[in-house]
Amino acid sequence: MTENTAKKEILLPSERKMSRKERFDYTVHEMKRNYMCYIMLAPFMLLFLVFTIIPVVMSLPMGFTDFNMASLPKWIGFQNFYTMFLEDDVFIGSIRTTLIFAIFTGPLSYAMSFLLAWLINELHPTLKTLFTLVFYAPSMAGNIYFVWQLIFSGDQYGYLNAILMELGITSSAIQWLTDGNYVLACVIIVQLWVSMGAGFLAMRAGFQGIDKSMYEAGAIEGIKSRFQELFYITIPSMGPSLMFAAVMQIVSAFTVDIVGRMLAGFPSTDYKVHTIMTHAFDYGWVRYEMGYSSAICFVLFVVMLVCNKLVGKLLGKYVD
Amino acid sequence: MKKRKKDLKPSELAALQAEENAAALEALRKRREKEHKKMLKSKGSNKQVGKSWKNDVGIFLLLAFMGLFMIFPIYLAVVNSIKPVQEVFLMPPKLYAIDPTLDNFSDLFKIANNSWVPFSRNVFNSLMVTVVATVFHVLFASTAAFVLSKCRFPGNALLNEIVVVALLFNSTVLYIMQYMVMATLGMINTYSALILPIIATSMGLYLMRQSMSTIPDAMIEAAKVDGAGLLHICWGIVMPNCKPALMTIIIFEFQTSWNQAGGGLVYDEALKTIPVVVQQIAAAGIARQGAIAASAVVLMIPPLLVFVLAQRNVMETMAHAGMKD
Repeated sequence: MTENTAKKEILLPSERKMSRKERFDYTVHEMKRNYMCYIMLAPFMLLFLVFTIIPVVMSLPMGFTDFNMASLPKWIGFQNFYTMFLEDDVFIGSIRTTLIFAIFTGPLSYAMSFLLAWLINELHPTLKTLFTLVFYAPSMAGNIYFVWQLIFSGDQYGYLNAILMELGITSSAIQWLTDGNYVLACVIIVQLWVSMGAGFLAMRAGFQGIDKSMYEAGAIEGIKSRFQELFYITIPSMGPSLMFAAVMQIVSAFTVDIVGRMLAGFPSTDYKVHTIMTHAFDYGWVRYEMGYSSAICFVLFVVMLVCNKLVGKLLGKYVD
Repeated sequence: MKKRKKDLKPSELAALQAEENAAALEALRKRREKEHKKMLKSKGSNKQVGKSWKNDVGIFLLLAFMGLFMIFPIYLAVVNSIKPVQEVFLMPPKLYAIDPTLDNFSDLFKIANNSWVPFSRNVFNSLMVTVVATVFHVLFASTAAFVLSKCRFPGNALLNEIVVVALLFNSTVLYIMQYMVMATLGMINTYSALILPIIATSMGLYLMRQSMSTIPDAMIEAAKVDGAGLLHICWGIVMPNCKPALMTIIIFEFQTSWNQAGGGLVYDEALKTIPVVVQQIAAAGIARQGAIAASAVVLMIPPLLVFVLAQRNVMETMAHAGMKD
């Protein structure tokens, strides 16, 4: 009994059970007390509301409509989703392609980003800048796909063909980007090449932000090798950066599209590099069936949300 | 003979522990000192302490090998931009230019200057849009990130959630909706159509928020006790401790706004940025292969400069922080 009352006394107002009126008053009181927070948030949040949140909220219901951009959207319920999963064979095929891409540019590229960021961090400062630049450069160069087209070009002018023929490995030019056997591998290579992007750079920043005195404290606690340092100090103290990188990687892994379209053309041979996002592009910007296109994007969005929650659970103990 | 730990008296145990701690610290200090001396001998003093050169060579070789793969296509782009026309279609293709020339670059500027407005106007547009967007994004997003990560107020959790969910949302109709919003506000064909939406991207905010969450709350509480206002805590105390993340969002934002095509948002020639002009030039097709390669190289330069400057800045501050103790 005494224990109970003692407990009640130390409860914060926010943790106590309150009536609705009380809770409302308390919220208003807290809002007034923290008015400075809202003022500091306002400039960003205002722009964010207008240019991101409102468009997103307007986009969400479009998947349930028939919308061709010429006339007003017409509500058709789940019709788009039935069509997608029951009748659209190309969509079903694109799920498989997307998953293949997602595995390579998702977990694989994430692990590689982390490993590279860690290795770079062990180097001399000037070399750090140099290698960070080297690995991030493809993301900065952005759309120099024409170079990859030169490399993978199907005639003898292509660098890869020229080299292989010079070495006598092949006797005739291979159609790297139009032969169904090779195109997927080629696009995956280029996708990996551009995948050291925001996530990688954030990890580099995470490594640099670690408090050096942590390592001294670690030495006292008995940490001996670099690997122990990595697992007991480095990873826990850069958990938030890892979470950011994971979100970035999820987005880039599931929305693979433009590299395939640029290299293999659209549509690609046998739909070999036709991802879900390419499918959405096809219906949206080629056929102007915006309703169906946004239904496809909606499915992708839900999948990404689930992935995000899963990763959040996995990294859970390191984040916040 | 050594007693087992549990047999010791508390005071003895404490003494033993202190001894062990001192020994461990001493070992670490010796290791650091040795390596530090080695580094001082080999090169200047602005070094991070605690790494050995032998490991570095192995890591360097591994990274250099992988780096070649990353840099090779970019190298090809540069080589192609300094190849004269007759060399571009040489068989078999060469990995270097036999007779390097800057013709492609002068061609690019000639073509660009032949349009309705002088090319300098496009350069000005690009710089203006990029600098304004970057500066305001960094100011607004960092301030908001500080509040979201370090203040408790009604609505905090909800806003944090929205920021991440907005990052994940990606849809073909999104651009149409954004266009409609901008049209409603009468922003189409003005600079603000190129600037404001870019300021409002949540990626930079999210990165700053994540980075700030590693800063101990005690630091902020202490400042509050000393009577510092929130704005001062944010920019005077928290931001200097988030320099790596700050530099990273500058790089991101500069790159995004520099490269944005701004397609249908701006149609007045006098308002177009460099990427839009380059697209128009490239639309002429194969005859301008050289100019396209040159434009890719030219476009790459400003983000590259910002990247190197920002990264160097991080290195210097961090090296300094490491030397403090």
